Amino acid sequence: MSTHHTPLYRDTPLILSVSGVTKAFDGFKAIDDLNFYLEEGELRTIIGPNGAGKSTFMDIITGRTRPDVGSVTMHEKDGRDYNLAKLREFEINRRGIGRKFQTPSIYKSHTVYDNLILSLNKKRGVFATLFYRESREDRERIMEVLKTVRLDTRANDLAGMLSHGQKQWLEIGMLLAQDPRLLLIDEPAAGMSDEETERTGELLMSLENKHSLIVIEHDMEFIRQIARKVTVLHQGHVLKEGSFESVKADPEVIQVYLGRQGKRAENN
Amino acid sequence: MKFSTEMKKEMGILCLVTGLLMLIPLFNAVGPESGPLSVSAFQVSLWGKYLTYAVLAMSLNLLWGYTGLLCLCQSLFFALGGYAMGMYLMLMIGERGAYKSVLPDFMVFLGYQKLPLHWEPFYNFAFTVGAVLWVPGLLAFVFGFLAFRSRIKGVYFSILTQALTYAACLMFFRNDFTFGGNNGFTDFKDILGCNINSDATIRGLFIATTALMVCTYLITSGLLASKLGKVQQAIRDSENRVLFSGYSTTSFKLMIFVLSAMIAGAAGALYVPQVGGINPSAMEAAKSLEVVVWVAVGGRGTKWGPVIGAILVNFIKSYTTHAFPDYWLIIMGGMFVCVVLFMPDGIVGVYKQAKSYFARQRSLETTAA
Repeated sequence: MSTHHTPLYRDTPLILSVSGVTKAFDGFKAIDDLNFYLEEGELRTIIGPNGAGKSTFMDIITGRTRPDVGSVTMHEKDGRDYNLAKLREFEINRRGIGRKFQTPSIYKSHTVYDNLILSLNKKRGVFATLFYRESREDRERIMEVLKTVRLDTRANDLAGMLSHGQKQWLEIGMLLAQDPRLLLIDEPAAGMSDEETERTGELLMSLENKHSLIVIEHDMEFIRQIARKVTVLHQGHVLKEGSFESVKADPEVIQVYLGRQGKRAENN
Repeated sequence: MKFSTEMKKEMGILCLVTGLLMLIPLFNAVGPESGPLSVSAFQVSLWGKYLTYAVLAMSLNLLWGYTGLLCLCQSLFFALGGYAMGMYLMLMIGERGAYKSVLPDFMVFLGYQKLPLHWEPFYNFAFTVGAVLWVPGLLAFVFGFLAFRSRIKGVYFSILTQALTYAACLMFFRNDFTFGGNNGFTDFKDILGCNINSDATIRGLFIATTALMVCTYLITSGLLASKLGKVQQAIRDSENRVLFSGYSTTSFKLMIFVLSAMIAGAAGALYVPQVGGINPSAMEAAKSLEVVVWVAVGGRGTKWGPVIGAILVNFIKSYTTHAFPDYWLIIMGGMFVCVVLFMPDGIVGVYKQAKSYFARQRSLETTAA
């Protein structure tokens, strides 16, 4: 693969490069000269106070928002590069980037099984879906995903009947069914019980190396469980990047983020 | 093989309904002249009209019930289909009109010297049938393309469609729009060489309407059973998820919108010869709202709900506008409110509601005991 996109200190191939990206809404810079590089197979956690630009960052990668300046590039294994800033949401998704929303978005009036059928990495045109016939491989693939997200006993239930945590898992399963190269996961542990949170963490860690992952999270316990490398966003740019422990001990980070949470904890 | 028995049951119901409907023209043709089993030609065309409404409701259900797009211009598509058929019927009058001219009466009245160019092809029945489908289809395609590409959703889409039908209605009211102004088309004589007022033609039109309803039902079922139908309902439940699963939701919505407009157009084309005329009031904004009421009353997102709703509401309408003409709108509004408050799944959903109610009662009793 071409190396000119790869900063010198890296030796693993990159999957995503975000360089010099700025995005302003009515003059307010939600993202300000952001540089971000993700390695193939990496599990990265992004933290940052409210308004740090985390969701806008995901919107830019997935094509929901276009950057004002800067480039967002996805690197294929064969060395080709795609400029994501020029593609539409569904086109970016077809390149292998899956996104999980903060609130579970699943198809509540379809069965769990049908939710996954719709997510399989198949041709997704109008006529391709009209004449689609389910094959044995498809069925096996769905059963495999169902086992991974521990919903194999609920295959024929309506997705709307699942608990909140199970809905979150189903949505992760829907991403997995596509077999994406990169998964963007927005606050997977929100609203989950402690046990569910821990199982979610295990699930995400088991995906590392098979897929690249970017996880946005607030829950410090959860981050401690899953974090390899943490990126701290603040006012639209990267404040610090490093291991959970080093980031946690950084005085600047403590000031803008952890400190505030610490204070809140004291007030409680 | 749970699926195929369900399909068999569904086909059984469809055959039964078709069979029952066929009794109407049958009794008209060979039944007694009087008594409870006699069916007059008036009743055949009245039921034919109800059936065209049923198809119109089914077309809205495809959009609103299964895709979550509340379209408030379904009657416009219906009226466009009706106008296309009306143009053919006007030309078939020939020189038997009041002014004894080859031009339709309203053209003579407005001082036209010759037939406008776009009227010419409507001498041909095959062209007319094509126009019945492609005129509403093309309008839906252009409008839908612009609206869906700009991500116009929910209530904004509804408002825009209502504005569209309002604008079209104003245009058709104009005399210089070459479609007869506020009088529209009427006084038809022949369709395909048959007298439009003869019992046989009325029966034929009724049978054609039933066939259209069966076709619409089969198209809907076929769509719903396919993955495309699943995508459709997924768009209704969570459009973002569909978009971020690699589907271009714009193309799916556009395809359903065009299909639904064509079905509505076909229903309108059968409505006009059975009712005997059409004028711009058929595309008034309120007409499309009535269709929404039919679907809601019958059961949104169910296969038979729209049919039951359309026939029932119009049956009640025929009765009340006759018996208490001043109260029809209040009664219709009341029905809509009741359905929204107490029967979220419409009449078709009442059975399910009752079942779950009794199941709850029973489980309460057992826990109490």
